[in-house]
Amino acid sequence: MCALALLIVDHRFDYLDRVRTVLSALLHPLHLAADAPVALVRVLQERLTNEAHLRAQNLDLSRQNLLLNARLQQFDALEAENVRLRELLGSSLNLGERVLIAEILAVDLTPSRQQVMVNKGTRAGVFVGQPVLDANAVMGQVIRANPFSSIVLLITDSDHALPVEVNRNGLRSIAAGTGVGQELDLLHIPKNADIREGDLLVTSGMGERFPPGYPVARVKLARQDPDNPFMTVLAEPTARLDRSREVLLVWTLNPRIPQEDMAGAPTMALGHE
Amino acid sequence: MRRPWRSVMNDRVQRGAWLIPVSLVLALLLMILPMPDSTAPFRPQWLALVTLYWCLMTPTRFGVFSAFAAGLTLDLISGSLLGQHALGLSVIAYATVELHQRARLFPLSQQTLFIWALLLVERLIHLWVLGATGQPLPSLIYWAPTLIGILLWPWLRAVLNDLSHRVGLL
Repeated sequence: MCALALLIVDHRFDYLDRVRTVLSALLHPLHLAADAPVALVRVLQERLTNEAHLRAQNLDLSRQNLLLNARLQQFDALEAENVRLRELLGSSLNLGERVLIAEILAVDLTPSRQQVMVNKGTRAGVFVGQPVLDANAVMGQVIRANPFSSIVLLITDSDHALPVEVNRNGLRSIAAGTGVGQELDLLHIPKNADIREGDLLVTSGMGERFPPGYPVARVKLARQDPDNPFMTVLAEPTARLDRSREVLLVWTLNPRIPQEDMAGAPTMALGHE
Repeated sequence: MRRPWRSVMNDRVQRGAWLIPVSLVLALLLMILPMPDSTAPFRPQWLALVTLYWCLMTPTRFGVFSAFAAGLTLDLISGSLLGQHALGLSVIAYATVELHQRARLFPLSQQTLFIWALLLVERLIHLWVLGATGQPLPSLIYWAPTLIGILLWPWLRAVLNDLSHRVGLL
């Protein structure tokens, strides 16, 4: 009976979040213990790499750095131009974000949800609803912040949806997780919409939770189904959801988005539940 | 020299009792230890197995409430809904405590079947919770861990029997 009551309370309300936070902090050593063997293997691997491999890696990285720097020069100029143009239009732009690098703990959480645990918590300033990225794209958002760790809901979870737009033409949609592997479902795309396989989807920033302009997924399949009043569009996340080891936690410095830009746009329910 | 009765009683209650929490913590660790994606769905129900063992062997020390606490801990560390595992574990702990006198005397094969039934019940309750809270329902492979569980049961029983005799728990 107790368990039933607890289940219902935890599912419907959030009274238990504080209790859960405290108890999770107490149980943190268990997570660290489970992570320890994997961490040990990684340390050993680092120690045992040979010089040739390190040299090659170094060369590779410096080459990559050069390329990125070259692109960044262009980016600076473009950003300045973008700010100038926006000033002309009279709208504000959120400039700059603060990020924190966190590591994913090698812990298997309940298999029915797509979630991972990272090693930074409220002690480091993490908050519930915080966007999480990896080097390539958006990964998910924090749904539970404990003192020393937090749980991130991935964008592929069936309870997760985020507002996106097609990078090519600005077509807006909502990318909902499907809960099966590496797949997102784009909801309510009209039959005549201009969307193709290979289109890049970026965050539109409309839910005011994810900063705009980050890549999310690439369209894998766009098909007309006779039984579906909308187009069936499936996309594959560009973030390496199952392989990344390090993730970025993002604080948006100026999260306000000018409302006048979106006059008439429907308010979108987004995010977790 | 006879020792006073009370101290003998204390000895009986406390000797070797640390083995229970230690085995539970180990089982919890095994539940969250990372496994490759291909084998993760086959992860045996370690915590349920250990809980069943203690309910069967020492029902006076380990009963429904301990099982409930163990399940709650698993819910906490695995990020599932609070009570999701606790419910199933308390139900099978109750059944085992009720039937322990008979089940303890079963021959190994029959006892293994008994354990299998309980493991299936645990999974069934878990599945019901998943369905009731609108989480995605797993495929048929969901039931595979019970089979692995009954393969493990004779070994687990042997190891825990040996350990508890060594520390004087049983």
